[in-house]
Amino acid sequence: MSKRTFLGYRRENGRVGIRNYVAILPVDDISNAACEAVAHNIPGTLALPHAYGRLQFGEDLELFFRTMIGTGCNPNVAAVVVIGIEPGWTDRIVQGIAQTGKPVAGFAIERHGDIATIAAASRQAKEYLQWASERRRTTCSVRDLYISVKCGESDTTTGLSSCPAVGNLIDKMVAAGATASFGETSELTGGEHIVRGKAASKKVAAEFMRVWQDYSDMIFKEKTNDLSESQPTKGNIRGGLTTIEEKALGNIEKLGRRTKFIGCLKPAEAPSRRGFWFMDTSSAAAEAVTLWAASGAVVHLFPTGQGNIIGNPIEPVIKLSGNPLTCSTMSEHIDLDVSAMLRGEMTVDQAGDALIDIMLRTCNGRLTAAEALGHREFVMTKLYRSA
Amino acid sequence: MIAFLMHEDKDTVGVAVTDIKKGRLVLGRSLHGGAKPRLRALMDIPLGHKIALRDFKVGDTVTKYGCDIGKVVAPIRRGEHLHVHNVKTKRW
Repeated sequence: MSKRTFLGYRRENGRVGIRNYVAILPVDDISNAACEAVAHNIPGTLALPHAYGRLQFGEDLELFFRTMIGTGCNPNVAAVVVIGIEPGWTDRIVQGIAQTGKPVAGFAIERHGDIATIAAASRQAKEYLQWASERRRTTCSVRDLYISVKCGESDTTTGLSSCPAVGNLIDKMVAAGATASFGETSELTGGEHIVRGKAASKKVAAEFMRVWQDYSDMIFKEKTNDLSESQPTKGNIRGGLTTIEEKALGNIEKLGRRTKFIGCLKPAEAPSRRGFWFMDTSSAAAEAVTLWAASGAVVHLFPTGQGNIIGNPIEPVIKLSGNPLTCSTMSEHIDLDVSAMLRGEMTVDQAGDALIDIMLRTCNGRLTAAEALGHREFVMTKLYRSA
Repeated sequence: MIAFLMHEDKDTVGVAVTDIKKGRLVLGRSLHGGAKPRLRALMDIPLGHKIALRDFKVGDTVTKYGCDIGKVVAPIRRGEHLHVHNVKTKRW
């Protein structure tokens, strides 16, 4: 493998991004309209509307702030305009993002109203957009890259082809010094003993098992049936997956053959050093990718069987599939077709190299299928009801 | 032509990599082993769905990836379609 560099944007704190967004970030649901108005006034900026941010408390509130601040801190974002209903929480998010050294400004709607806020925020967004347009890509090493991996609408072909292709990339890229993360806590059920065996130390293994058991306990507390049609999903079942155990064992193929994970991250928590990390996430695609983007991941690898079409507004999502039916009927969503693996005409090693190639092209600026199609799913993980 | 794949030699199911028609004699291959089972399909099995490689009775365990993927809840004959109508999770 010779390719170990790409052209990225090195940010003020040394982190490297592959996109150059000016984000217009609402603190809360009722500030979405102002953010969307600013993005409408200043084309080329990116509004990130979402459903929460009011009356959350405790661990759920901490996760909310980590997600908001982390999204602003992501190196794919050049500068941020934050708009909230009141100045307190707005400023908390602004201060968090400012730690990176990137340009960020906050605006509160109370005592000004939408119209004056939109006018002031639009002027700031325009300045940021022009500033960002002069940032230049420079040659960066894969050691600067943070990759996240998660599959969706899996079927039996993902465990045979697209997930092992991701695993092969993980083995090669983590060995080359990249940072990467996997998660989907509930969807490791049936293969948790295999994941435990991939922990770099007994301490990490024990921590992983504690996190997995917590999630499992939550499912047992809330479930009303055997979860069939939820996990596995109706689409998984249509594609031939029968049980959570079978789904998990296919999922785990993404972890590679040799790579060990060095720690467990809370949802949306940033890795503290290079290497392979487990993150505690939901298995729902948009929620999980939003958490990884907030933890600083800049490119996501997404194997799909039946054809999950997810994208993310700030972290490009690369789709690969080994299902020949999906690759032919939904070709506009698929960045890499690995169905030749099922025919025995492409090895896992070849598929891994092909995926590295498309990933580095994406890092250099090539738009993914999901980006070209306008998929911008930005979905917060909510731990429980608001106060 | 290979009609189904197994992950490990000890797997008791194969995954159809083409649409398998009832009555056909079909050949499989193990990805991480040397097994090359040949059997007659007793049902249509669509691409991605599983074919039973042995007879199962209620309560038996199904093995794929060399691991336990669930329990049999209705009898299954070698060559039949194995899915949610005759296999359930042991977890949830």
